[in-house]
Order: sequence, then C-alpha cells, then structure tokens
Amino acid sequence: MEEIRDYTNDYPKWDKSMKQTHKILVPDMLPWHFLIIQEVLRLEGYDIEVLKNENRTVIDEGLKHVHNDTCYPCLCVVGQYIDALKSGKYDLEHTALMITQTGGGCRASNYMPLIRKAIKAEFPQVPVVSVNFSGLEKDSSFEIGAKLFIKLAYSIIYGDSIMWCYNQTKPYEVEAGAADSARDMAVNYVVDKFKRGGYAKYKKINRHIISLFAKVERRQEQKVKVGVVGEIYVKYSRLGNNNLEKFLLSENCEPVVPALLDFVLYCIVNVVNDGKLYGHSKSKAFIYNLVYKLLHRMQKNIIKEFIKEGTFMPVHDFEHLRRCADKVLNQGVKMGEGWLIPAEMAALAETGVPNIVCTQPFGCLPNHIAGKGSIRTLKELYKNENIVAVDYDPSATKVNQENRIKLMLATARENN
Amino acid sequence: MSKLLGIDVGSTTVKAAVIDGENIIYSSYVRHFSRVKETVLAELEKIGKQFPGEYSVAITGSAGLGLSQRSNVAFVQEVQAAFIAIRKYYPQTDVAVELGGEDAKIIFVTGGTEQRMNGSCAGGTGAFIDQMATLLNITVEEMDKLALRAEKTYPIASRCGVFAKSDIQPLLNQGAKKEDISASIFQAVVDQTVSGLAQGRKIKGRVLFLGGPLYFLKGLRKAFKTTLKLADGDAIFPDNAPCFMSIGAALYAKNVEAEDLKSVIAKISAAKGSDDIVTGKPLFESKEEYAAFVKRHRATDLQFTDIATYAGDCYIGIDSGSTTTKLIAVTPDFKILWSHYQSNNGQPLDIVINKLKEFIKLGCGRVKIAGSAVTGYGEDLIKSAIKADFGIVETVAHFKAALHFNPKVDFIIDIGGQDIKCFKIKHGAIDSIMLNEACSSGCGSFIQTFARAMGMEIDKFSQEGLYARHPVELGSRCTVFMNSAVKQAQKEGAGVDDISAGLSSSIVKNAIYKVIRASSADELGQNIVVQGGTFLNDAVLRSFEIETGKNVIRPGIAGLMGAFGAALYAMENIRGESSTISLEELESFTYSSQSANCHGCTSNCNVNFIRFNDGRKYVSGNKCERGAGLKPVSAEYDIYSYKQGRLPESIHGNPGKMGRVGLPLQLGMYEQLPLWAGFFESLGFQVVLSEKSSRSLYFKGQHTVASDTACYPAKLMHGHIESLLDEGVDFIFMPCESYNIDEHCSTNHYNCPVVAYYPELLKANNERLNDGNFIMPYIDLNMEKSTVAKLHAVFKKYHFTKKQIKNALKEGFERLESYHADVKEKADEILWKATEAGKQIIVLAGRPYHLDPEINHGINKLLTSLNLAVLSEDSIYEKSEIVKVNVLNQWTYHARLYRAANFACSRSNVNLVQLVSFGCGLDAITTDEVRSIMEKNGKLYTQIKIDEINNLGVVKIRLRSMLAAIEEAEKHK
Repeated sequence: MEEIRDYTNDYPKWDKSMKQTHKILVPDMLPWHFLIIQEVLRLEGYDIEVLKNENRTVIDEGLKHVHNDTCYPCLCVVGQYIDALKSGKYDLEHTALMITQTGGGCRASNYMPLIRKAIKAEFPQVPVVSVNFSGLEKDSSFEIGAKLFIKLAYSIIYGDSIMWCYNQTKPYEVEAGAADSARDMAVNYVVDKFKRGGYAKYKKINRHIISLFAKVERRQEQKVKVGVVGEIYVKYSRLGNNNLEKFLLSENCEPVVPALLDFVLYCIVNVVNDGKLYGHSKSKAFIYNLVYKLLHRMQKNIIKEFIKEGTFMPVHDFEHLRRCADKVLNQGVKMGEGWLIPAEMAALAETGVPNIVCTQPFGCLPNHIAGKGSIRTLKELYKNENIVAVDYDPSATKVNQENRIKLMLATARENN
Repeated sequence: MSKLLGIDVGSTTVKAAVIDGENIIYSSYVRHFSRVKETVLAELEKIGKQFPGEYSVAITGSAGLGLSQRSNVAFVQEVQAAFIAIRKYYPQTDVAVELGGEDAKIIFVTGGTEQRMNGSCAGGTGAFIDQMATLLNITVEEMDKLALRAEKTYPIASRCGVFAKSDIQPLLNQGAKKEDISASIFQAVVDQTVSGLAQGRKIKGRVLFLGGPLYFLKGLRKAFKTTLKLADGDAIFPDNAPCFMSIGAALYAKNVEAEDLKSVIAKISAAKGSDDIVTGKPLFESKEEYAAFVKRHRATDLQFTDIATYAGDCYIGIDSGSTTTKLIAVTPDFKILWSHYQSNNGQPLDIVINKLKEFIKLGCGRVKIAGSAVTGYGEDLIKSAIKADFGIVETVAHFKAALHFNPKVDFIIDIGGQDIKCFKIKHGAIDSIMLNEACSSGCGSFIQTFARAMGMEIDKFSQEGLYARHPVELGSRCTVFMNSAVKQAQKEGAGVDDISAGLSSSIVKNAIYKVIRASSADELGQNIVVQGGTFLNDAVLRSFEIETGKNVIRPGIAGLMGAFGAALYAMENIRGESSTISLEELESFTYSSQSANCHGCTSNCNVNFIRFNDGRKYVSGNKCERGAGLKPVSAEYDIYSYKQGRLPESIHGNPGKMGRVGLPLQLGMYEQLPLWAGFFESLGFQVVLSEKSSRSLYFKGQHTVASDTACYPAKLMHGHIESLLDEGVDFIFMPCESYNIDEHCSTNHYNCPVVAYYPELLKANNERLNDGNFIMPYIDLNMEKSTVAKLHAVFKKYHFTKKQIKNALKEGFERLESYHADVKEKADEILWKATEAGKQIIVLAGRPYHLDPEINHGINKLLTSLNLAVLSEDSIYEKSEIVKVNVLNQWTYHARLYRAANFACSRSNVNLVQLVSFGCGLDAITTDEVRSIMEKNGKLYTQIKIDEINNLGVVKIRLRSMLAAIEEAEKHK
C-alpha cells in the first residue's frame, strides 16, 4: 500500500537564511561547556543564547505543556523555552529554539516534536531547529560542517577539562572562590583562543587549563569522592538535578562528574558497534570509527597531560570505559545512555570512587536496565561499590532525594 | 558524665530516647500532627524537667533533617542510626526491616552490608495503613484485630497506595469482609517491602522488625513472618522498636559535644522556617470577597419542597460512588424532596436499604415512587437489590444533571472521592471524556484523609485554607508525591491554613493540567459546570476559578449530581409503573454474601455471591459471564481469544532430540514465538513454554525485580523465567533486539528499551541464570547474514552447520508469517461478520504482549459481553495507508498503533481503545498522537491504563461511557 495519510501539523521550518535574522535559544545543561559553545557559534555568525532561567515557573510551564509521563528533562527544557518566550525579552518573530537529537531508541529524540507541540498554540511562529547526525528533520536541521564539528568537539574537550579540574579543586580551596576565579580565567582563555586562533592546539590549551587550577592553593585533606552518573540531562543540569553538585559540596564531598566527551564517543561507538553486531552499513561504521579514533587519540594525549602535571586525577580513558562495560553488560545496550552508565560506575569504582549517585528521570526506560538493573552485578564485581539511584521528577521533593543521598554518604563514610 | 539524647523526627511522630551510661532511662513516642518543632520542644522540656543536666544530642529521621540544619544540632541519617543501635543491641541480626510513617527500609547486616530505602514512588507504609483504615472507617487498632480473624486475602496492588485503594474500593462495594480486606492490606505492605526493597536479595536468617507499625500491629507482624517463612526465634520484635532510631541517634551523639539541654532548647526554638517553599496568592483577600463568592454560588441552588406535606410523584436517583452513597428524590417540577449523602463505611447496600426505608416512611403514603435509577460503582448490585427501573453510566448521569443547570454547558468537571471526570460537550452530546489514570486518582479522599491526619474534620480543614496568606505549592502529580510535598512544607514551617489552601490548588491543577491536559484554561470551554463532593469545598472551588480565570456554576447539590442526573433520567424514560422495591419488601430485606474463586479460566476471578432473601442472587467480581454461571459470549467476534488460541499452536510439539529450550512467553516473545518455535523445532529442540501469566507467577519472580517502576509485563517476565528454571529446561532463549522487524512504515524500527534489553536485567538480577542456561544473543532479524552467524556461534556446541541455522530461521519466519496471515484473515472475518450483524467494533490497540490475559485483565471479554466485536492493532494495521505523524515514528509496535487508529477512523462502525501499560514511557508519546489522529477524524479517543491492578469496575465505566457517547453521537447524525 503506497498511499500516505498525512497527519502532520504545519510548523515553521528553519532555513539557513535565518542565521542572519533569528536569535537561537539553547537550553542550559552544562553551564561552562555551553558558554564556550555559545561563543564558538557566535563567532560563526549565529546569534546564540544559552538560557539561564531556573525559577519555579520554568518547571510549572513544563508541567503545563508536556505530557505528565514524559521524562523530566523534556519538561525542564520545554519549561525553559516557554518561560523565556513569555518573558518579553525576545523578538518572537525572530527567535528560534535549538535542540539535539541522537536518533536513538529512547524518547529523547522525540523532544523535538514535543517542543513543537508545546509551543504550537502560543508561539506558532517560532521554528525549532534540530542538531543531529542521523538525517532527521531534514527541513529544520542545523548545518554543521566538518570544520564546525571539530570546533564543537574542541569546545567539549576544553569544557570537560575545566569541569574536571574545577571539581577536584573547589572542595579543597584555601581561599574561598579561588577555584571559581581559576575557572573564569580558564574559560576566558579558551574563548580567547577561539577568537584569536590557536584553538586547535589542544595539548597546550589543556596544559594551561590544568596549570591554572593547579596554582590554586589547596587544603590537604581527604574528602569522600562521589561519582555522578546517569541520564545525560539530569546528570549534568543543575536545574534537572536540584543542584546536586552544590549539595555534594555542602556535604563535604568531592563530586566526580565524568566528561561529556564520553557521551559523544559513546554515540559514535554505537554506530561502529551496530556494524560489528549486526552487519549494518560498513561504510558508515568505517567513517564513524575514524572519527572515534581521532577523538580518542586526543583524549589519550590529554590524559598524558594530566599525568605529566600530576596534581589531578586524569579523565577516564574511553577504551577503559568500554572494557568496564564489557564486564557488566553488552555494548549492544545502546538506547539512552545505555552501557555508558554501568561503564562509568565500574570505571569510577576502579579509580577509587566507589560512591555513586546514579541519576535518572523518574520512569526512565533505558535506566531500568542500564542503571538500576546493573547495580547488582556491579556490587558483585566491586566490593565497596556504594550506589544510590535517585529519581528526578517535578514533584519528587528535594528532602526525599537528599535523604537518600545522605544514606549513601553514611555508608561511604562507614567504608572509608 | 553527660547523658545522650536522640530525637527521631519521622513523618508522623517524634520519638526521643535518653541514655545514661549504659541504660536507656527514657523513651517516648508521640504523634506530632505536623507541629514538628512544638512537639520536639515539648518533649525536650519534659526530659529537662525529669533529668536536668548536660546532654550530647543528635537528631535523626526524615523530617529531622531540616530542623537539624536550621538549629545546628547534629544529624545522623536514620538508617545509619538504626544500624548503630542494631550493632549494639542485636549484633546477631542478619536483616532489619523498618517501617515508618512514610518510609520503608531494609538493612542487610550480614553477607555484605547494604542499606535500602524505598524509592520516591512506593507510597508510605505507616501512612498507607492509616489511609486504608480511614477508607474502611475503622481505627488502625481495629483493623489489626480484624486482620487476625481473616480467612483469606485478596490480591491488592502493593506498589502504591493509590492503586491499592482502587483495588480495595470495589471489594468493599461488593461486600467483601473487612477482616479479609484488613489482612489483605497488611499482605500488600509485606509484598511491597519484599519486592520493592529487597530486589533480588533474600530476606533470611534472623530478622529484626522495627518502627511503629510493626510494633503495634500484630496482623502485620504475622503477615511478615508467614511470607518470609521465619521461625519464631528468627523474627525479632524488640520492645523498643518504635523508638529504635532515637536510641541509635542517642548512641551516635557520643561523638557530639555535650551542652546544657536548655541551650539545645534555645537553639531549636530559634530555628526559623526556611524560605525554600514556594507559595502562591491567597484565595480570598477579604471576608467581603468571600461573602460575594458565596452569594454568587447560592444563586444556582435548587429549591426544596417539604416531604412532611408533599403529596404526589417523585423520582429516586441513587449514586453508589466509590467512597460515598448519594440518594435523592425529585418532584416532577425539579424540586428536591429529600436527599442523603453519606460515606460508604464499607457497606453501601445497607445504607441504601435503610435510607430508602426511612424515606418511604417519611412520605407516609402521600409520596409515590414513580421511577428510579441507579448509577456509579455499585450500580449493578444496588439496582438488582432495590429492583430499580434503570441503571445508567455515571457519565451520562452527570451530563443529564449538568444540562439542567445550564443548557449551554460545554464543559463538566466532576471531582469525586476517587475519580476526576471531565466531559467536553459538543452539539448537545458528550464529545470527549477524560478520566484520571489510576496513578493520579484519589484526590478528593486524599484531602479528607489528610484532614483527619491533622485531627480535623474536612469542613474545618477547608475553611482554614480560605484566608491563608501563603498557600504552599505542592506540585500536581500523584497523591503520594503530594503527601511528601506536604511533609516537606510542614518541615519548612508552613501552617495548616497554607497547606489546606495549597492542597486545594493542587487538586485543581492536577485536574486541569494532568487529567484534562489543557495547556491553557481557555481550552476548557465557556460554560463550565463543576460538581462532585470535592467542589463543595469552597477552597477547591475558588482555586478552580482562579486557575481558569472564569466564574463557573457549582450547583448546591454538587455532591449529588450523579444521583440527581439518575433521577432525571428515570423521570424522562419511565414508561408505565415503576418496579422499585416496596416498603414491605424493604422491611423483610436481608442478604448474605459469600466469595469464592471462579475456576472457569486462568483469570481465577474472585467472585462474590450475594444472595437476597427472596432467593434472587447477585454475582460480582467476575470478568466474564462464566463466573456468573452464564454461558460465555461466543469468542467468534474476539480476535484476542483467537490469538490466544492460535499463538501456542505455532509450537508443533516435536519431542526434540537435541534438548529442551524454554521460551518465556512475555514481552517480545508474544510477537516472535512462532519464529523461535519454528527455529528451534526445525533444529530438533523441544520447545517448552513458560507457565501462563498470573498474579502468583508474578510473585514467584518478584524478588528479582530490579526496578519497581518498570511496566507490569516486564515485571511479570521474572516469574516466567523462574517457571522455566523450575521446569528444568536445558536453556532459556531470549534475544536482545535493539531493532525489531522493519515493517517499512516508520522512520526507524526500534524496540522499546525494555523489550530490547530486558534479558540483560534478568541475567544480572537472577542468580540462577548464567551463560550456560540463559542464551541472549544480540541480533537484528532484518540482517539475515549476521543473524545466522550470531546464532551459529551461540549454538556452537551443538555443531549445526550455517545452512541448518539458515533453514531453521527460514522455517521460523514461515511460521511467523503464517501466524500473521491467520490473524489477519480472522480479523477480516470478524470485521465482515460484525458489520453484517450491525455490531460496533472496537480495535483494542496496544502491544503484542497485551494479549496476555493477566496483563489485559480480560478487557476483551468485557467488551464482547457489552456486545462488541474486538480486533487488535496487529490484525488490521495493514489495512490502513501509511501514516505520517508529528512525532518521531521510530518503533515498530508503535507505528502499528498509528495505522490502526487511521483504520478505525475510516469505518463508521469501528472505534479504538488504547491499552497502555502503566510506566510505559513511550506511550506518553503515542497516546497523544493516537488521540490526535482520532480527534482529527471526529472520533472519540479512549485510553485504558493497565497495571497489576485488577479493577475492571473503572474500566467498565469508561467503556460504557464511551459506548453511551458513541450512541448519542449516532442519534445526532
């Protein structure tokens, strides 16, 4: 049967010319990474703004505009958009919204149509633009050429290094705020490199980032290190996880938040794995494998910089993460954050961080398997593994979440 | 030496313990009625008077955290506190189980220390028991006594209080014994603890039971002991169980610097409420504003007429609701002659009989009952008991009543004790119906339970909220969440008034944004009538008006609208004499009830037989006619029955020289069974199917469930695996498939993450599974070459050639195709026959595994008993053209839904009912899209959420409402 019945609603499309006329709003997830990315895209001529609104009305707007059972990240993102669009700060005729799509088998790739649906009644003129590499949304895709892709990859790598060093510095700083000013300096330095050229000298840049943080005077004390893993949005976004990092700091812990690059590599490797497991497109797998090799080599070189300098624990080696995953489950578990979650939990345990908060939106499907479902195996593999799975949800109370994390911390201190 | 003081501030109680040297010299347990700070201070004063001096103090408990932070008194997490006390007083303990007001915890002491707490969804336990006692209208102590006399237990959903309630209510309405229900409630608590918390770890050895409920409730203790199969000496119930955590906190305080108790008291009394809570605007700014509001609503009250003098006809309407029974008598000129509104107290039939007697006597022969109609949950029972003229669906009754108050009404919202119902009216007929899902129900009765927990009657409680200055924002999800939001607000120092107003506004928001799912209030309509007992609460009514920005009509008889509508219906439709029961018959009316399990099929329905004294009997609880002793409706119009028979026929039953392979019939296997049966039989294996799904099969695997918020089909899978292991098969086969078979009508063809990877979870959480007996290859069935290679490698030890594997796969695909072809052919036949016979046809659309009778709870049979023909999404989707939808269409099973909906829209006699498993994240996307397809074609959309709850009463109302609406629409054509 070749006939097609079309139920699609009309929606404003994104076209390239809008680069000149439209401001693009981006939901926040990782403040420092996104700040760098924002600057990079501005240099490319895009009028980008990362949204910073985090008040309660954001959640309320999300609740109003998104299906009750849809995941919390979608609710937060839609809430941020609507709250921003209603704020009166933007020229609605010349504003667009940007969202990523991985094209994976969980709901996240559906955020795009859900956002369209959410804004349809009140902001019918606002186009939503998709960032994806899967050929989705052909009429509204954000064009990323090879050059821009590389710039974005660098942004993520630098953002990771800054986050990684900051988290290892902040809990121990002698002078209050010293780590924060190191972070500001590092971000400015990176942005400056993008502006003036030289952004590709990643070894040198990383060396400099590390040295900025290494200069901060630190107290010599042992703190409980707490790994944060889970669904990508609630893992990183303070709006999503009720400012988990701040809470961990206030509990006298050192938060260990794995790098965003690992998620990027995870997405790339999944295509390679599909080729291996099922014989899917060989040429696609070949290209992805090439990109993977390239990025992974950079990661290895950065790890070398960390080791050479010696102050900080280096970022995870992605190949090590893959081997960790193999101990727990098959790398075929690729929907959502899939095998990356147990891989990170295992890698954390192997690097002296057995205490972990596994964050997930309430009812997150991939997390049933890769998160909660794998805890038992992990506990058998690593004797001290001490994991608390925390659900995030508009109505889950902070007290409830914090009490559970405190329980995990009590066990952590007991084990220390 | 200074003394040690531990204070445990729980969600409902404050516990304190003082340790001097080695002795516990003081311990106490008091309810705090949400006045946390005051209660703690009072306790401290008491202790200070009795034992003055220096203390080392530590606070623990879920509600203690905030207090400790703001008063700067040391805090210890409560599980940790328990652990400290266990080590000191019961070092031989293997496992400790602690139930508190809101939390449930397990501490595994030996064999790898582990401490677990319930997740945020699993409702409270102590609070849950309280709530259930309120529902039964008895005290918790009475419930405990009753439970000990129970003869049987009913299955009650244990995951969440709201679900349990929807299980219990019908039992009550059907006249099940309170003894048995009480015991069932305790059993549900035990099941929840064992499955939700232990998650794969067995609770064995010496078990210590802690916390208030386990200390006070013998019935609960008994249930735990029996379920865990503990010998007397191994179940330890300490005398200080209720205060155990406070003792632990006191022990922890050893490390805390001692200070004079007075300074501790000073610190705590100086603790401020925090600014963390979000507050809204007051409901009323002034008394005048409230007075004007009351006056406006008075205007829509009905007139009364005096029964002491009235002579003439009247019409009786009875609404036998979930928590209340409503009766009304109306004169032909729409005056209220008499009415009655009462909580069920568990026995609606008694109420109706007594009140009806009372009414007839009041009439002294002057008043004649000219017609009667019954509606609501208890409709069937009451109707047959009092020989009422009509039984009508609730929705129809409410619509009739609303029409009376505003003929232009275009939107009706009814918030009752347990349901929220909304109807949109178009062209004088119900256009769409929205009912709350099992999860967010319970709103009206929640406020009531809460009021009682605060030691207040509901009227007073709601009055308190009217002038609250800072109503708290409590979120708008399920009541269990609201419960903890309330607790948090209290901890932050919000007053009763602020909470009362906050609750009212939560209920309203829940209704508007969650049930109706309106994105703006304008969507509702211009002429809104609100009703249901909950709207009699002025705070709720006001919240609704504020949220919608509209003045609405609330009839004075808001709580009686169902009954009023029924009376109007009787008035309109009665022809000839009314058959209603006479006073003489009422005087001699008695009945007896008895329950038993029907063994007509695997559903094993719990059937209630009520025998009236005149020899008539009434049967309830049965899903099909068999339970009632009637001949079942023929399955010839039911594709579900057909598929249930046809699917296992894919196994040809070869004896099998190579060995026995077990296939778990659940999730994806419901689709692919023919394929794998063909594959393995062709290779010479004997195929063994897992046991049929049932509640007891679920319990069998419950201990290996890792995530209690996964869907019921997934959780049932654990039982299927256990059954195959018990069967002693050589291995179980369950492939991991990211990709389903491409049916070429969607952007991608994924499985959902649960179907795709559940084998990983099973293997990780069932210690009986290993690489040898659980085969779970990653395959993509669209890629023949790689699939053959993978299967070849997996079964290497059997030395098959690749060719053999390839042929076996081919055989499998042939059987799958022939199964599909048969199902489609049967669907054609049903479609044709039903159309010939003038029957309405329902496409009961879900996933392949919704075929399982334990999952669909026999909804297909319910449909056929309503004289409908039933098709499934997979039997007809190919009749539809390819559809393009707004969402990303990337899952094979879901793509079928959209086409099935499109097909239903192409035929006038076909409608669609979507089955949705609770917790199915992907259906949050599909339901909206299927709804929009239906609505774009002017068809009614009906969705039924299913879970382990087995309450067809609600489903029946939903389906009958749908039918009534379809009928109305037909009439208007």
